[in-house]
Amino acid sequence: MEWAVFVVFAVAALVGAGGVVLSRKPVHSALSLVLTLFSVAVFFVLQGAHFLAAVQVIVYAGAIVILFLFVIMLLGIDREDVLDEPLPAQRPVAIVVGVALFAGLLLVARILTPTGAPASRGSATQGDVANVERVARSLFTDFLWPFEITSALLVIAVVGAVVLARRGGPGRELGPGERVGAGSDEGPEAALEQER
Amino acid sequence: MNVPGSYYLTVAALMFCIGAIGLLVRRNALVMFMCVELMLNAVNLTFVTFARMLDDIGGQVFVFFTLVVAAAEVVIGLALIVSIFRRRQGATADDVSLLKG
Repeated sequence: MEWAVFVVFAVAALVGAGGVVLSRKPVHSALSLVLTLFSVAVFFVLQGAHFLAAVQVIVYAGAIVILFLFVIMLLGIDREDVLDEPLPAQRPVAIVVGVALFAGLLLVARILTPTGAPASRGSATQGDVANVERVARSLFTDFLWPFEITSALLVIAVVGAVVLARRGGPGRELGPGERVGAGSDEGPEAALEQER
Repeated sequence: MNVPGSYYLTVAALMFCIGAIGLLVRRNALVMFMCVELMLNAVNLTFVTFARMLDDIGGQVFVFFTLVVAAAEVVIGLALIVSIFRRRQGATADDVSLLKG
């Protein structure tokens, strides 16, 4: 049973990954990405990481892909990719590099065996504690400080996104008689007025 | 009967390499971003697989942090893409060559 689920979703994950790369339209790439992300969530369930599977579906397949689709629709850049290649050798070289990367990964997997310190942060499978409780216990004891830093990172990301995407943010050309920093303390009506 | 961890690792390696090839081949900035997400997910799958193989919950907690960083990265990256595309209509990474010598 587990084998059947694994094989089906492994094929789905790889087909989705191929679809992301090979689709001409960005929307099709995004939908293929959903397929891959969902398959990875199924792999998480198969390996007992139930909490991460839920987070994967909510954050990745939910929020991030929606954000991608939102940007695609908002900017109206859903035109097909241009085919002319300024560097003619780039495509075959890229494929060769990718295959070499895969060969290297397999070689490392063949030569080295995974070791690690004994499970000092708690076991992942032993006992009958639920997976969510295991993750929470580790997260709020051993990893409490990184967890708090994470909240700062999210706040910084939100502020950065607002600053970058704001109309009249960095990257706008200055009009005549305008100086750097001017306009940022004026309302959006003034900015619109300046653009006209 | 459990699927051995090496099978998951192989799938993850394949996903990572497909993402890397896509990042090198595609020129649409959004699709390049999706390929980065693909590679991040492959690494997450590797983390969870090793967490099971080595029986250590630390791998799963690390995936949690990776998810947060990936979300922040996507937010900033898409804001950059929006602010670039608002100025110029080009949809490819080659159009952003202002600093090229």
